[in-house]
Amino acid sequence: MILLFVVHVLILISIYILLAVSLNLVLGYTGRVNLGHVALFGIGAYTSALLYINGIPFVIAFLASGFFAGFSGFVLIFATKRLKGDYYALATLGFSFIVYSLLLNLTSITRGPLGIAGIKKPELFGFAITNNFSYLTFSSIIVLISVFIIWRIVSSPFGILLGAMRDDETALKVLGKDTKMLKYKAMGISAFFAGISGSLFAHYISFIDPGTFTISEIILVLTIVIVGGIASTKGSIVASAIIVVIPELLRFLPLPGGIAGPMRQILYSIILIVLLLYKPRGLFGRIELE
Amino acid sequence: MKNKILRIKKSLYVLHTKVRSLFGLLDAQDANSMLKHGVFAMHLDIKKVSKNFGGIVALDKCSLEIKEGKIIAIIGPNGSGKSTLFNVISNIVSAGKGKIYFSKEDITGREEHEIAKIGISRTFQEVRLFKNLTIEEHLKVALSDSDYKLIKSFFYRQPNEDDRIKEILEMVGLKKPVSTLSSELSYGQKKLLGLAVAIAKPHSILMLDEPVAGINPELRKEIFRIIKELNNKGESIAIIEHDMNFVMNLAHYIYVLDSGRLIAEGTPREVQKNKRVLEAYLGK
Repeated sequence: MILLFVVHVLILISIYILLAVSLNLVLGYTGRVNLGHVALFGIGAYTSALLYINGIPFVIAFLASGFFAGFSGFVLIFATKRLKGDYYALATLGFSFIVYSLLLNLTSITRGPLGIAGIKKPELFGFAITNNFSYLTFSSIIVLISVFIIWRIVSSPFGILLGAMRDDETALKVLGKDTKMLKYKAMGISAFFAGISGSLFAHYISFIDPGTFTISEIILVLTIVIVGGIASTKGSIVASAIIVVIPELLRFLPLPGGIAGPMRQILYSIILIVLLLYKPRGLFGRIELE
Repeated sequence: MKNKILRIKKSLYVLHTKVRSLFGLLDAQDANSMLKHGVFAMHLDIKKVSKNFGGIVALDKCSLEIKEGKIIAIIGPNGSGKSTLFNVISNIVSAGKGKIYFSKEDITGREEHEIAKIGISRTFQEVRLFKNLTIEEHLKVALSDSDYKLIKSFFYRQPNEDDRIKEILEMVGLKKPVSTLSSELSYGQKKLLGLAVAIAKPHSILMLDEPVAGINPELRKEIFRIIKELNNKGESIAIIEHDMNFVMNLAHYIYVLDSGRLIAEGTPREVQKNKRVLEAYLGK
């Protein structure tokens, strides 16, 4: 019983690692607060679930979740190309509300508030993933490969350019760098990986509805990135483990059902406040949040 | 026979670069290469440029030119429009009226990174560095004239630029470990790094906005030496500076701005004797 619970927590940790590391690529390395990241996660989850339920092979559904989320990321960056700072953050929050609204109202496709139930675990090249142990192996491999790719990107000269853009975009432009293209590329990659983490989530949880991808989820992922440290892949990995495990431990406390939910939110807030006061760069970050 | 082949090769090169120029595909390396081949002489021509900020006239029909291998200085009291002029050339601030030509090619209104790629490198009055990047990372960003290609950057090792980085740092006299973050440098060291970055970026014109403002006399001498050395190598340089001794000993030609207008121009000796210049600085 305990082993099953541990496996469940480990799968969640692996999914949130990918979600947080992909958000950190945009937030930490380009300095743009993307509050629409969970919407991209949702787009990936819905794309993969709908395609798989309609008989499309998992590999195609899985890749499509990444590419469709990536395309949505391009749309988001195109629509917000003139915005900076708080205005950009607000516009991306607006994007997440638009996606939420579409998922809720396009009932013929998404089944609206009823959500999509019975999303099966994937079958890969004739090998069916039937239990949580094999799903943990599968999700760990995907997350490992994805995190390695993101780590290679951020530690390459391209990643240095992203960091330079975060620090002073005008100074980078006068060095002959096309910062618009940099933003498109960074957002495309980040959204792609948010999409495939959505696919991993949908096929594990087996039920998704629009309420799964709302502001509380954005707060959770932002908390992970800030606790781990801005622009730190290692930080996002460690913080994902901490932030996912702590609320799960609440299950063992004799709390009434109505209190456990709000307690999670209170815990996230306390962690954030304490951290911002005593360790403003997060656990492993070298960049201070402004 | 050999000479004939060389002439044909040169003609083909001229044709190739002119076609690229026609489609706006020139970059700094092209420009430098064309200069070497004698296809054209580098020449930045600013024609009657005006710029207003609301009701304030920052620049009023300013015309000036930067010629190949020369040091020109732009001087004038505070608020006379000197930095605005640099910002208009780089298109950080768009020109209200007027035209800017780079070797006869109209570059007015082109995007900042395109202007930089053509071969215009600059520093800012307030040093603008990337605070979370090291000295080495600054120079690596500056040394490449192309945007790093994502896939290329992912799969291939970047060329070793350590020697070039060392050479530039020695030239500007910045004696700090290359792994030092720019935010950990003193003001003077930041000035030197800003200068090193501008030099490292492939360019045919160097624009320096108050390179010795707020720094000690020793460092001032050092920067004087660096600029002189660059010019001796054939670099074309434009300087904005308040320090008259510095400017008069360095520049070949001087433009004087006051309230956005060009009130005088000439050699340092001519400008020093100009009554309008004295009035602008000392009052009537």
